[in-house]
Amino acid sequence: MTAVSSSPSRPAADTVSNAVATPDREQPYAALGLTADEYARIREILGRRPTSGELAMYSVMWSEHCSYKSSKKYLRQFGQKVSPAMKKNLMVGMGENAGVVDVGQGWAVTFKVESHNHPSYIEPFQGAATGVGGIVRDIISMGARPVAVMDQLRFGAIENPDTARVVHGVTSGISFYGNCLGLPNIGGETYFDAVYQGNPLVNALSVGVLRHEDLHLANARGVGNKVVLFGARTGGDGIGGASILASDTFSEGGPTKRPAVQVGDPFAEKVLIECCLELFRGKLVEGIQDLGAAGISCATSELASNGDGGMFIELERVLLRDPSLTAEEILMSESQERMMAVVAPEKLDAFLEVTRKWDVETSVLGEVTDTGRLVINWHGEEIVNVEPRTVALEGPVYDRPVAYPAWLDALQADTADSLRHETAPDLLRTQFLSLLGSPNLADKSWITDQYDRYVLGNTALSFPDDAGMIRVDEESGLGFALATDANGRYCQLDPYQGARLALAEAFRNVAATGATPVAVSDCLNFGSPENPEVMWQFSQAVEGLADGCLELEIPVTGGNVSFYNQTGDQPIHPTPVVAMLGVIDDVAKRIPSGWQDEGHNLYLLGVTRQELDGSAWAGVVHGHLGGRPPAVDLPTEQALAALLAAANSQNILASAHDLADGGLAQALAESVLRFGVGARVALGELMERDGIDATTALFSESTGRMLVAVPREDDVKFRGLCEGRGYPVLRIGVTDGADLEVQGLFTVSADELRATSRAVLPAVFGQSGL
Amino acid sequence: MRIGVITFPGSLDDRDAQRAVRLAGGEPVALWHGDHDLAGVDALVLPGGFSYGDYLRAGAIASLSPIMREVVAAANSGMPVLGICNGFQMLTEAHLLPGGLIRNEVGTFVCKDQKLRVENTSTAWTNGFEQGQEITIPLKNGEGGYIADEETLARLEGEGLVAFRYLGKNPNGSLRDIAGITNARGNVVGLMPHPEHATEPGFGPDTPTAMRSGVDGLTMFTSALQGVLAG
Repeated sequence: MTAVSSSPSRPAADTVSNAVATPDREQPYAALGLTADEYARIREILGRRPTSGELAMYSVMWSEHCSYKSSKKYLRQFGQKVSPAMKKNLMVGMGENAGVVDVGQGWAVTFKVESHNHPSYIEPFQGAATGVGGIVRDIISMGARPVAVMDQLRFGAIENPDTARVVHGVTSGISFYGNCLGLPNIGGETYFDAVYQGNPLVNALSVGVLRHEDLHLANARGVGNKVVLFGARTGGDGIGGASILASDTFSEGGPTKRPAVQVGDPFAEKVLIECCLELFRGKLVEGIQDLGAAGISCATSELASNGDGGMFIELERVLLRDPSLTAEEILMSESQERMMAVVAPEKLDAFLEVTRKWDVETSVLGEVTDTGRLVINWHGEEIVNVEPRTVALEGPVYDRPVAYPAWLDALQADTADSLRHETAPDLLRTQFLSLLGSPNLADKSWITDQYDRYVLGNTALSFPDDAGMIRVDEESGLGFALATDANGRYCQLDPYQGARLALAEAFRNVAATGATPVAVSDCLNFGSPENPEVMWQFSQAVEGLADGCLELEIPVTGGNVSFYNQTGDQPIHPTPVVAMLGVIDDVAKRIPSGWQDEGHNLYLLGVTRQELDGSAWAGVVHGHLGGRPPAVDLPTEQALAALLAAANSQNILASAHDLADGGLAQALAESVLRFGVGARVALGELMERDGIDATTALFSESTGRMLVAVPREDDVKFRGLCEGRGYPVLRIGVTDGADLEVQGLFTVSADELRATSRAVLPAVFGQSGL
Repeated sequence: MRIGVITFPGSLDDRDAQRAVRLAGGEPVALWHGDHDLAGVDALVLPGGFSYGDYLRAGAIASLSPIMREVVAAANSGMPVLGICNGFQMLTEAHLLPGGLIRNEVGTFVCKDQKLRVENTSTAWTNGFEQGQEITIPLKNGEGGYIADEETLARLEGEGLVAFRYLGKNPNGSLRDIAGITNARGNVVGLMPHPEHATEPGFGPDTPTAMRSGVDGLTMFTSALQGVLAG
């Protein structure tokens, strides 16, 4: 292998002076995804044509993925619809790598969820693996130790033969990467729907903890400070558009085809995590940024924009895996497991000593300057000279056309009211079991048992509980809970309401564990923004989420937008994933999601209305999607959460389980399945009080409801609490035996429940080790 | 009463093993794979993880780490040494224990609360159990299938060197349902399941009594501490 500096085949770089001298040279901006207007604007900014290196940087940084050019207009609401209470515990808000929330006792939690949808369809294993890797590096770059991951997965129809390919690849990719990093996987979501057939959604969430004083930000301050690249070497992976660009500049015989999907090395990332944490402990880093989308282009321009504004880099100092890479490819490479740090010169030796200890390759690329320009040299020649803000922050912003979907009125008019409600007990039993055995409600342990949920020793709750929970402080027991939710069917019917429903469910799931919801992150998965109907869905969902967060007074700390999720012209259902973070002062006070003891009273909190539009029942039993999703009243959700917190503080709740998809029937089944303790339940009083029939009582998805178990001796106290707060409460049964008996309707043994729920995924995807 | 826990690049459950030592009443000592120094500890734990990514055979590269020279010498002189999961793989790669570990028969990583039977209670790490005691501790690995040639298996069975056996469905295709083994002297024990994750109420496996309350793994660490105290 030839050393880079002496490579005889190195093509001449397109320098700044060359760009000035050849203003009319044609450039492949369109192939790089830039419009003619955008290209013209770059020329205007620079006062000349861009060099090919500059064009590479602008094209990736102005892409939808990096610039949020279609969504920015709407995302501003998250910063505008804010009350003072929402800012109180927010240490870092939107715009940084991840939001940071003060959780007390000097601790902070940072979390973020991000999409890796398209790579995961093309190459499910590496796409999903590097999705985990990327989000974890976002967390490290805040100065935090990553402590858990979760994944929000949406696949095509379970019976479609291609689904198994994607499911196997994605699951093993997450398993391979997350397990090898030593991060517990504590929850997430898995849905199957034909709308995701050609475009699965693979969202990855990571969460980290830090002491307040360890907070790090991505900025390059301090003229003369060194800019250091460390971690894996830079290779040709993850270069999408660059190969198009490179075809212009490549010499004969150079590699032309680059994989567009990155390849992950979790061991390198694990070592990088420990190395970064040791660097933070030694206070050896002034600013830090991970390298993800757009690689060095993104890291240099963002660090410089957020700091003193100037930076000088010698690009040939980048350590390469493949010495034939061109300057443009190095700028755009998305090779994984790399970080960029800003280091004071007097700390450089100590910095290098730490990276040497961890065998992490490191190269000093350049330094922070006061020129206000990002200047990049390649073997002594200037190939980039730009104002970094124009690359990183001042990309185009579009006001895309928005149109109310032509089909929506008809869809909303087609309600579930016309669907047949069975009254015969045996038919209701059949419906109950077909829901429990439907792919979306069935047991997901085929997937989750491929993930390590134990490592780090702080997992207080994990799948299949309503939320994951991690202990932050081993002395005090301080911890956090995390739940993520999205219901694409609801959002298809009404994206404004659908987003609020996702928010309400995540809020309720966190409250069900005994934690107090405090912060939101989101991952907004939609079709093409160039489709005005999709843009309308997006605007509605963002508005619904922003309004809802303001109403709950819970801040949105950050998030991610993924557009272009569609197959041909058919967009996915709008799928805004909401992640809710909650705080609990001692994880020992967490509430189990299932029943562990016989003889406890079962209470249903909240009111059940006939709300079956968009429900699992309508979908599974009748193959129906239409009408309007359930109403959501956020003050009611707050009252429910407050009631639960009050009851838990008196230690009188034996279990709590959120009611959502599949309604009361599914909540009852899951509560039995958690520990194998059954129950006797009667619905007569509920049906009478709420004026509903058995179908509605069992399967309605009304919000603001929770199923709780209370020991008999605490009964009076619990009822008193509910009555004092005016929250609707009804005793519907008692825990008993190992069967689920719904009196007058049906009895199903725990074994049959388990067999029904557990058989579904293995039947399609093969046996597991369980 | 000082138990060393060695961190290799890619070790994951090292801090968890340290916590388990502390919960058992011992003093955990963090050791680094690149050193030739056991810091005067009384016993050693090789923790779980994916040392060097396990891109070669699991544990193969770590078994060549500098500190392994001291580990082998200490083991041969009778110091209690426990290898958990990746640590078990290292002990077989370093020939302190016979046989080897291969990819799970199901082909995937498996994480579950695993029932085991304690088959040998005369080792440094199992003397606190009762013979035949059934315990539950978490299992989580991708390459946990224990293999050895027939002759070795016959010797292990004949000399009572099988320390733990899987109960219920064999989770990874291990021959003879072997979950863990000991050397003849009883000071070196390796197993695939993770006793350090069943040592603290609230963070272990579920039990019939309460969620995540299982602490069956604690006995392994108290066994070693008692042994050191007695010795």
